[in-house]
Amino acid sequence: MTILKHEIKQGRNTLLIWTAAVAFLMGICVLIYPEMSKQMGEISQSFANMGGFSAAFGMDKINFGEFTGFFGVECGNILGLGGAFYAALLGISALSVEEGQHTAEFLLTHPVSRSSVVAQKLLSVFAQVTILNAAAAAVTALSVLAIGEKPDGKLLGLMFLAYFIMQVETAAVCFGISAFMRGGGPGLGLGLAAIFYFLNLVANLTEKAGFLKYFTPFGYTDSADIIISGRLEPGYLAVGLAAAALGIAAGFWQYGRKDIA
Amino acid sequence: MSTEKNAIETRGLTKLYGRARGITDVDLTVPEGDFLGFIGPNGAGKSTTIRILLGLIAPTGGEARIFGEDVRGKRTELLARIGYMPSEASFYRGMRVAEVLKYSAGLRKQDCAEEAGRLCERLGLDVSKRVEQLSLGNRKKVSIVCALQHNPELCILDEPTSGLDPLIQREFYRILQERNKAGATIFLSSHVLSEIQKYCRHAAVIREGRILACDSVESLGHTNAKNVTLWGVTAPPALEGIRNVKAEDGGVSFLYSGEAGKLLNALVRLPVTDINITEPDLEEIFMHYYKEESHDNIEA
Repeated sequence: MTILKHEIKQGRNTLLIWTAAVAFLMGICVLIYPEMSKQMGEISQSFANMGGFSAAFGMDKINFGEFTGFFGVECGNILGLGGAFYAALLGISALSVEEGQHTAEFLLTHPVSRSSVVAQKLLSVFAQVTILNAAAAAVTALSVLAIGEKPDGKLLGLMFLAYFIMQVETAAVCFGISAFMRGGGPGLGLGLAAIFYFLNLVANLTEKAGFLKYFTPFGYTDSADIIISGRLEPGYLAVGLAAAALGIAAGFWQYGRKDIA
Repeated sequence: MSTEKNAIETRGLTKLYGRARGITDVDLTVPEGDFLGFIGPNGAGKSTTIRILLGLIAPTGGEARIFGEDVRGKRTELLARIGYMPSEASFYRGMRVAEVLKYSAGLRKQDCAEEAGRLCERLGLDVSKRVEQLSLGNRKKVSIVCALQHNPELCILDEPTSGLDPLIQREFYRILQERNKAGATIFLSSHVLSEIQKYCRHAAVIREGRILACDSVESLGHTNAKNVTLWGVTAPPALEGIRNVKAEDGGVSFLYSGEAGKLLNALVRLPVTDINITEPDLEEIFMHYYKEESHDNIEA
């Protein structure tokens, strides 16, 4: 576990910054809900009538005036987008950064197997994603208590679970790509996360583009679908988990055989 | 392949980078307890050979064994017995020297604090500094300690002294000699031929990916070629076996590997005012290997 500890230590400042930013914004978002809910009658109606824009964010299906609806759209976007970008950055740099900074030679001339290096780096990525989500959930819970709301715990839990799985999938796909790269490539990771996000927006606009939800992990994080069905869409989830497994397998396979520059 | 008592043995080792050459049919044997210098110009294939031995890159063909074990199959076990120093040391940003040394020891699941302390003291390395604040020489020192703190049975050192000041170079070689005396095998690549001549028992010369010679430093340096300097003339006599002709101030120098009588007969007919005939040093001999001439031109 030496590499795992080292990886978490190396990434702690970035983890602190991203966690603080996401948790702070989610806390603020929850805390402003009472003020927002006073004006929600009109706002909710307006949002519901904004056509494609509302559909893209799922606001045509849920009641924006209720806490879970408000949380799903506002806080969901913060945790979804923020978490996805962070997970993508972690994943894309996990294996490639060592080659980019020429530390791979240092690491891989010690008696550690490549599979152990990959496993420990993967664990550190998941551990950091877990810490960010745990902190975001804790701050949300405290903020909810502070404003005296009693939301549906199951729905809120499902939304957090969906975002967590989505970040794990994003990180795993980027992790697999990372094994094929020789440099950090943060731009590629962020770009991929942004494409995933916008694919879901496009998929929400029209039924014809609905199939795109199979190509983005944001497909099963749609709060409107979760609130209405009370579950994560199994089809999208299955494809997402398969993509994550493929990313991880590609990481092990490629890193185990590649020449280290 | 005979592997008994050999720390390193390669047979037909080949690495191609696409169409580009890495190394070709490298046969190399380093007995346990040897102190071998691996010499070659830039791009000759020294680092490629070393990287294959360490399992960083896969060979295109041939095989490489360390302590009789295939380097691909037993990579992790073998690396536990090896100390490696790269030609360019890179460490993790933000870490202090002490943390790097501890991390390196941790990856080996060993507590090397005592030996690391001894080495740092001998090399004058400040362990409290951050690695990004270190000069090239000090980064090299960190690499040396990482390579030696676990008392490896085999030290593989890629151009270890570049960037080190002469005093530290001397101390470094003292440490290597002590380790070698205690039974460790030393395999180092270098451009500095005087170092090889002074410290190594054996040397292997590599050029354009092929091993040109591998023998004891004494044998490689033994040749009937003589370094001849003549004053009073501007060109050497017209004889076979003359090469490396260089103009000197008021004279000419060259390497002569023919019969002494023929040279003396030729010199009698020239207006030579002074003459100096010496044994060529190792550097002159190796420079020959680096050039395009064939091995046969050196009559060992």
